[in-house]
Amino acid sequence: MSGAEKIAVTVTDIVPLNALVTRFEFKRADGGLLPTFSGGAHTVVEMEDGAITRLNPYSLMSDPMDQTAYTISVRRDDEGRGGSMFMHQSVKVGDEMTISYPVNLFSLDLRAKKHLFLAGGIGITPFLAQIKQLERFNGNWELHYACRSEALGSYVDELTSHHPNETHIYYDDQNQAIDLVNLLDGQPLGTHVYVCGPKGMIEWVRKTADGEGWPREAVHYEEFLAPQPGKPFEVKLAVSNKVIQVGEQESLLEAMEREGVDAPYLCRGGACGQCETRVIDYTGNFIHRDHWLEDDEHASGEKIMPCVSRFEGKTLVLDR
Amino acid sequence: MTIQFNDETFRDDYSFRNSDWAIKRFPFPFHEDSYMYSVNMEQHRGGPEGSIYENRFDVDEHYVSEMRDRAMVLADDPLRCQSMPHMTLAGWDLLELIMVSKSEDYPDLFELHRDGNNWRWVNKPLGIDDSFVFLDETTLPYGPMEYITRQAQGDFCVLDQRDDNLWMDAGMVTTQADWSLDFDIGMNFFEWHAPVPLAHEKGIFVRALKFLLNIQQGAPARRLNWTMTVNPLLDTSPENYHKWGIQKTTLSPENIGSKQHLRVELQTFFRLPRSNALVFPIRCYLCSFQDLMTVPKWGRRLHRVIRDLPEELATYKGFIDNRPMMLDYLSSFDDGQATSDGIWPDLESEPPLKA
Repeated sequence: MSGAEKIAVTVTDIVPLNALVTRFEFKRADGGLLPTFSGGAHTVVEMEDGAITRLNPYSLMSDPMDQTAYTISVRRDDEGRGGSMFMHQSVKVGDEMTISYPVNLFSLDLRAKKHLFLAGGIGITPFLAQIKQLERFNGNWELHYACRSEALGSYVDELTSHHPNETHIYYDDQNQAIDLVNLLDGQPLGTHVYVCGPKGMIEWVRKTADGEGWPREAVHYEEFLAPQPGKPFEVKLAVSNKVIQVGEQESLLEAMEREGVDAPYLCRGGACGQCETRVIDYTGNFIHRDHWLEDDEHASGEKIMPCVSRFEGKTLVLDR
Repeated sequence: MTIQFNDETFRDDYSFRNSDWAIKRFPFPFHEDSYMYSVNMEQHRGGPEGSIYENRFDVDEHYVSEMRDRAMVLADDPLRCQSMPHMTLAGWDLLELIMVSKSEDYPDLFELHRDGNNWRWVNKPLGIDDSFVFLDETTLPYGPMEYITRQAQGDFCVLDQRDDNLWMDAGMVTTQADWSLDFDIGMNFFEWHAPVPLAHEKGIFVRALKFLLNIQQGAPARRLNWTMTVNPLLDTSPENYHKWGIQKTTLSPENIGSKQHLRVELQTFFRLPRSNALVFPIRCYLCSFQDLMTVPKWGRRLHRVIRDLPEELATYKGFIDNRPMMLDYLSSFDDGQATSDGIWPDLESEPPLKA
């Protein structure tokens, strides 16, 4: 079996926060307690969308110590393939769903003297759980949170009222921006930086921190990629001895699963490395989108991450 | 079942003994007639009833005496138990994991009563009945990791996970096969495995690390490892090599059956929920050659494995000098008949030794 252990849950609450973001609460269907987790962990939510099973990762934002319920926040992506649309439009209170055990690819470094959180948009969610975890142990943290506008600032009120001294908000439409160089410059020795948000923000923070001489190990980031639609393509799976078609709206991983191939996975967002697959032969071009493989591995044509990456060309043969 | 706890020693007069029950459930580590390193991992989710795999943390007849031996080692050398400050949360995770597992798996021996963070822990074999506040170190006589691992058989390495590596940042290590927590503390996975021969070249550690980094909550894993120990010593540490190393020279054809022990480690791996650390319990089981030879399949197989083991491994495991004497002894228990696959004794189906 692939992926983390599963938990049967019931949707117990749905709260629209603003025009784009809705919060969902899950409790165990059998009435028992959920596992505790560490701040920064995500769960993979299974969505039975007609004939399609979608599996999307979402950061857990509830108190890690609260075993009665998990909450996630889902940002509607009108351009995407429909996972977030399904959550927003089809999921109702009382629905039974399946989620995975918590998996953490964005853990706090507990050695840190101070935790500096940089959030962009929906990237706030893992920090909400990490803040609750740190508050319990009197941890030293500071949050800089960039939102598009006041209307789209999810959890801004909650954060500024509970943690007025630690929370700093920036609204794009008011031309407010994090003064990153100064912010990094003023941090005490032993500070770790965490960034979660759009790709451009993550790259900006990593590059700036690197330029300011921050050690690589002190800069942490998480970006879940949603698989993007693309042109259909054909793949030969050498081990399973199957030729399969990857449709426009599905990922290579999903196409393999549809055909009954038990391919390994964990995050389904190009970050964890579990689904790494060896390329046996190809004629064409890869569209690599993952964060896992190094640039030279992308260029080599020897590996692909089927959860988010695609292919355009004549022949693709995989060791799966 | 009710366990009869032995009153026995792992030092001085070595009164350690395995009952017939303990011999039959001994984790014989060779699933075929030869041995080479592999990442021989499987899921740790129970096993045959009565086997050492059945429960998350196996408790057996040696429990009380092993805990007494641990207390003696710690009294002589407190550095066998260390925990860096950032590992305290992982210590609480481990305390919870062991208390919950043992009270569920052995309700006649252990009880855990929880009311929010007010916990009461009853350990009947060791006569402990403590109330404390979960996550409040001041309410326990030791740090959480030390407290619970003074009550759990086997060594415990608590590994921090960061930078795509594992770090030996806490542990309780008193029953080890010649390695030192005090030396390895703070090292990463590749650093503490540096002395192991052959496995690096085979890429074993790169693959093993990848596997371990991906062990998730609710899905623990396990494997067996093994070595040889003369006399039933739990504490074969580098710190005390001057005491036990010399004992390897006391082996003779007359005493090898009772003195030479196969030492098997049940290694398990659990993701810890609150800290995202990984705990690596290493449980040591000892069995004398003469007790092993009561299982015909194991007699045949042990001879073949030891005979064909590469020299580097026999050297690394510390028995190269005694190997000829071992083979003289073991060869009389190998009649050349075929052996069944797998580690189990198969006493009903395997033929007795031919005269």
